[in-house]
Amino acid sequence: MILPFLIIIPLLAAFLITLISGGRDSWAIVFSILAVISLLALSVFSFLSTGSQTFIYEMSGWKIPLTICLVQDALSTFMLVIVNLIALTSLMFSVSYIRQYSAPWKYYALFMLLIAGMNGVIATGDIFNLFVFMEIALFSAYALVAFGGKAEEYEASFKYAVMGSVSSTLILLGIGILYSATSTLTMAKIAEILPTLDVKLTYWVGAIFLAGFGLKAAIIPFHAWLPDAHSSAPAPISAMLSGVFIKSLGVYVLIRLFFNVFGGVAVFNEVFLVIGAISMIIGVFLALGQWDIKRLLAYHSISQIGYIIIGIGLATNLGILGGVFHLFNHAIFKALLFYNAGVLEMTTGTRDLRQMGGLAKKLPTTSFTSMIASLSIAGLPPFNGFFSKLIIFIAAIQAGRPVYAFLAGLGSLLTLASFMKMQRYAFYGKENKDADKTLAKVSTAMKWAMISLAVLCLLTSLMVIPGIRELTLDPVVAVIMNKTGYIAEVLGR
Amino acid sequence: MKPSEGMTLIVKTVTRISVWLIILYGIYIILHGHLSPGGGFAGGVIIALALLNVLLAYGRGFITRWLNIGFLHDLESSSAAIFLAIGILGMAVGGGFLANFISHGKLFNLLSSGTIPLLNIVIGLKVCTGLFVVVWTLAIFHLSDKGEKQ
Repeated sequence: MILPFLIIIPLLAAFLITLISGGRDSWAIVFSILAVISLLALSVFSFLSTGSQTFIYEMSGWKIPLTICLVQDALSTFMLVIVNLIALTSLMFSVSYIRQYSAPWKYYALFMLLIAGMNGVIATGDIFNLFVFMEIALFSAYALVAFGGKAEEYEASFKYAVMGSVSSTLILLGIGILYSATSTLTMAKIAEILPTLDVKLTYWVGAIFLAGFGLKAAIIPFHAWLPDAHSSAPAPISAMLSGVFIKSLGVYVLIRLFFNVFGGVAVFNEVFLVIGAISMIIGVFLALGQWDIKRLLAYHSISQIGYIIIGIGLATNLGILGGVFHLFNHAIFKALLFYNAGVLEMTTGTRDLRQMGGLAKKLPTTSFTSMIASLSIAGLPPFNGFFSKLIIFIAAIQAGRPVYAFLAGLGSLLTLASFMKMQRYAFYGKENKDADKTLAKVSTAMKWAMISLAVLCLLTSLMVIPGIRELTLDPVVAVIMNKTGYIAEVLGR
Repeated sequence: MKPSEGMTLIVKTVTRISVWLIILYGIYIILHGHLSPGGGFAGGVIIALALLNVLLAYGRGFITRWLNIGFLHDLESSSAAIFLAIGILGMAVGGGFLANFISHGKLFNLLSSGTIPLLNIVIGLKVCTGLFVVVWTLAIFHLSDKGEKQ
């Protein structure tokens, strides 16, 4: 009964913002903050109350093969918590950050549509409905990437729109093939019918979906749009896109389709491992050479998604635990890093690391939280990134694939090098003499957004403690690993 | 003649007669959405095309005097909000989101099938105003001869 509200509330907020606020930004801020706080509360409540059960919500009172259903299980509620958590901090950060642009109320309306799309993708159990929500999220993302209104922002947005449309077309083709073969769009029903059909169908559709959703997840070789789009967007939107957008539209859907619907085909797990490793290593090498701070972070997103994909591709309990845990952690520290980059861009007026320097004294909060986030993403104890990377590392060795463990270690080392460079050039080192001495003020809400995520970087490492893990991560892993459970639970058998 | 003043007298006269017929046809498609092919989306597109016809024939200057673009904006958001409200009412009254809670009536009557005609009307409004406002936004950003934004 909770899930429909997670889609209704942001949609309603978006329409009310355009209808009522009409130019007055204070109303837009009130509506969106209220909406996101209630979304976070609802998603946390639904995650805690779901446990290892599965609840189904059938739209408009029809029964399952005829209706669109929403599926509330550990995996979907877990993703909802991440999305709405990052959305709340992003909104806190936006309130003063977005004042530098014209017509902020439009930004809030688009932001609400973005959340509605992502929540919809996660909650739905119907594959065409998933496509529709994905398009809602994508179209608001295109608009938000171009929100600054400069030439390069339009260019990035257009590039993103072209590549996004190509991948959406592939996905629609895959859905069409599945529908013609199984005569149903409910994912659980498709999963039930697929094993009775020729296995080549699964391979073809799987390959199409891998390319389509792989582009949304920005796995190499489908990554070309990400550095442009994520570095051109306003900082809170970069945090949303890198933190949760590529995960909910890309990684989550890949997990749901390949494990729950296709039943964990071994060939695709091998493919996941290979493209995960390629993304992880090439992503971090591309990041090393960047001087634009937001492009550097964007390339690291590709690399970290590689870690998640490797964890998922190992397809052991421990590997998936590591993948899911890293997914959660990456959302937190990558959002935080983008807020830091946003503060640096706002105060110094540049994104070039070479023109910064010695900012640690002038921006103490930013410097401190960015240090925590850098250590987390590089995988140093006691921060959360260390534990998730360690789990993936151990899982790779346990699964008898030490090559991937070695590559994960190498990637982590290069990540550390790259973030040492960022710290050295932005916060320490020599002060830039040419730079403007008067820095713009960082508002309290922005500071609190950064501090709360920095605290979470430390707190979420507690999720490896067995007692807490059994409550939070284990039900999620159980949903992914149970090959027939999704069909049985959703169809009520 | 400036581009903002529209096309020749012949086009204007034909448009003046035909636009009302097109709008009437759009309304027909929307109202019969639950009985015949078509519905809110198709009808909405037809009405939007009628308005677009006026925009092309009479130019931007006339359209700003004839229509209140701000009101179209409000109509667009409010029709979406009404759609959601009908969905939530369905949740409150019967069964689930968008449940059909009004009496279904007699098959093939104009006033039948519960909330479906209401939803069709709301979708028609949303699509018509939405499409027209998109085209309008494209039309007010046009390039001058020098290639600069006006």
